[in-house]
Amino acid sequence: MNQRDTSRRDFLKSCATGVAALRLASKAWPADACAEAMPLLAAAEQAASAKSRVVVARDAALRGPGTAVDSNRILSLLDRAMQNLFSLDHPGEPWKQLVHPGEKVGIKVNALGGRGLSTNAQLVAAICERLQEAGVRAHDIVIWDRDTDELEHAGFRSSTADNRVQCFGTDRVDYENELETYGSVGSRLSKILTQRCDVLINVPVLKDHDGAGVTIALKNMYGVIHNPNKYHPNGCDPYIADLNMLPAIRAKMLLTICDATTACYEGGPGYKPQYCWQNNALLVSRDPVALDYTGWQVIERKRSEKKLKTLEADERPPRYIATAADERHRLGTNDPRRIEVVEVAA
Amino acid sequence: MARENYARPNSLTSHWMQGENCIRDLERNPLSSTLDRRAFLKCALVSGAALGICDFAQPLAAIPSWATPQKQDDSRFTVEARFYQKLPNNKKIKCKLCPRECTVGDRERGYCGVRENRGGTYYTLVHSRVCAAHLDPIEKKPFFHYLPGTLALSLATAGCNVNCKFCQNWDISQVRPEQVPADYAPPKLVADLAKQHGCPSIAYTYSEPVIFAEYLMDAADAGHEAGVRSVVVSNGYMQEEALKTAYGKMDAVKIDLKAFTESYYKDVVVGQLKPVLDALVTLRKMDKWTEIVYLVVPTLNDSDDEFRGLARWVKANLGVDVPVHFSQFHPEYLLKNLPITPVPTLERAKAIADAEGLHYVYIGNVPGHPAENTYCPKCRHMLVERVGLMAKQILIRKGNCPFCGQHIPGVWA
Repeated sequence: MNQRDTSRRDFLKSCATGVAALRLASKAWPADACAEAMPLLAAAEQAASAKSRVVVARDAALRGPGTAVDSNRILSLLDRAMQNLFSLDHPGEPWKQLVHPGEKVGIKVNALGGRGLSTNAQLVAAICERLQEAGVRAHDIVIWDRDTDELEHAGFRSSTADNRVQCFGTDRVDYENELETYGSVGSRLSKILTQRCDVLINVPVLKDHDGAGVTIALKNMYGVIHNPNKYHPNGCDPYIADLNMLPAIRAKMLLTICDATTACYEGGPGYKPQYCWQNNALLVSRDPVALDYTGWQVIERKRSEKKLKTLEADERPPRYIATAADERHRLGTNDPRRIEVVEVAA
Repeated sequence: MARENYARPNSLTSHWMQGENCIRDLERNPLSSTLDRRAFLKCALVSGAALGICDFAQPLAAIPSWATPQKQDDSRFTVEARFYQKLPNNKKIKCKLCPRECTVGDRERGYCGVRENRGGTYYTLVHSRVCAAHLDPIEKKPFFHYLPGTLALSLATAGCNVNCKFCQNWDISQVRPEQVPADYAPPKLVADLAKQHGCPSIAYTYSEPVIFAEYLMDAADAGHEAGVRSVVVSNGYMQEEALKTAYGKMDAVKIDLKAFTESYYKDVVVGQLKPVLDALVTLRKMDKWTEIVYLVVPTLNDSDDEFRGLARWVKANLGVDVPVHFSQFHPEYLLKNLPITPVPTLERAKAIADAEGLHYVYIGNVPGHPAENTYCPKCRHMLVERVGLMAKQILIRKGNCPFCGQHIPGVWA
């Protein structure tokens, strides 16, 4: 369970800075009920309806002279992205608004693509550094995906030692026995999510996907459940949207930091170097639908540059993004008029 | 597979305790009529060995399952799949095992969750990877016209190519192989165990044998070399070539025909009806002994029209002698909101199928119901009496009714 303090101070803090969080909270009620019975939330919804912000932060010199991501520059890139997302001047401030000491923070990475196309370990180290500076104990941070071996192949070192950041896969702790259901989805959730995380930071990779079109923030939740193979028909639609409606996912999701330092425009989700490019960017947002929509456009632009068909023409448009934004799900917005894309360069 | 439950690893201890409690009740009141149907089923299913009646429902000692979950050596169970096609682009493959025809990218798995594309080569991850193994009466499959009164060494791996909302064994069928404890049981070991335990047949069952076709074929070959037959309990959702190749090695086949409408298959099963009907016709042409189970789910597939349509189709395409079992649904998995099928509904289904002229129509999952027995279609004498899942009395002689001489189709010895 989410054990976040729900004091007046926190609520006000959320009002002031975390409109996206309020948007999520309001979604627990139908729109009409919000308007009539929840005036504060309805007002917050109105205020928030302005735009969902997606920050695209880029650093052409992210890798220095070599091919590896420079740890100092990625930390700096992360800081710029977060400061722009939260409109704050100091690098530590966004994190202090996001997490609280004593909270258990999950960092859900994507380790499917091995070292070539998984969440960058330097980026995750930078996130861990800022979380600890915000007062989260190292032991309360867990970096995770479905399988420990996959994490290690992707460049993470598994760890369950005291006083250190934890890193392991669901294979170490199993899935809950009980099914969680919503719409087309009935799945067992990782015990890491249900028992080891109060809040979740989603750190996916920007990738093409042979079935869904793209796999970015929303689809990364397939790594949270025991039966993702059941949810690939029909371009993963409506499965991705339904999955993200599960309360344990929806209520804990704080933020998406999409690793687009190396991205994939074709042949995903497996690593195929010929279809990857060094994009040297991060996409950061509290609205996962807006982030997925923005990431999709980045991939389309690259496909166009490479003279490839659009995903629509390739018969795999990411329809799940619109489903996630529809009246039944309302997980965020896919309307470009309601998405504020903030480009940040080094 | 909906009807045939397996003993769940996570609840094995309590499962056995419940059975023992039932036995104590029986011992205290051996003539008591207060034992309800559910308790009776528990006794019959779970405690056969303790009752001294038979040896079923026990995990095999030689395959010590249910140990603490541990990392499994994936390589032992990984064998290149038989039924797939390599595609020209991006190391993709197309699976040709079932009608779903999953196109699977590199590092991805098919819908079944047990087949993985690794660099453009498709592998099954469940060869010899047994997650459930029991000695069951063959009536439990159910086969009522195939070696009645015998035991079948019954095996399953994880995985399934559909996702029935009522699945009784979803915790092995709807998981990936690495998510359940399993043991290495190569084909020869399976054949040896069947011999050792006096089983004339190996049954591939519980989850969905379509998805472990390679293992099933190899185990059947090993069994036949040792004089042990093979039977399969399947949804029949399979491509024709794979069906002919894999189930060609089977001695009998039981097909779960889950409904008689495409809409039910789409919404409740996540599959299609037509390929299953085609598979039944193919099996008929192959001259395989086949029985059909139809799980009757209240409000979803229990209309007169569906029962009549099913019966007429069976009569026209397979013949009147194919046994059809109308089984009682129990709320499970994603269909916990529906009630148990009322017995009168099952009796209505049987009456319609009888009226359409089918000769062997049974009611399943209702212990003690007279429609669990086999009757001669000509003289109406009872020929096989069943109690629960046990064949108590078998009167058929050399495949004929001893009272009127009518031939009773099936494999009786």
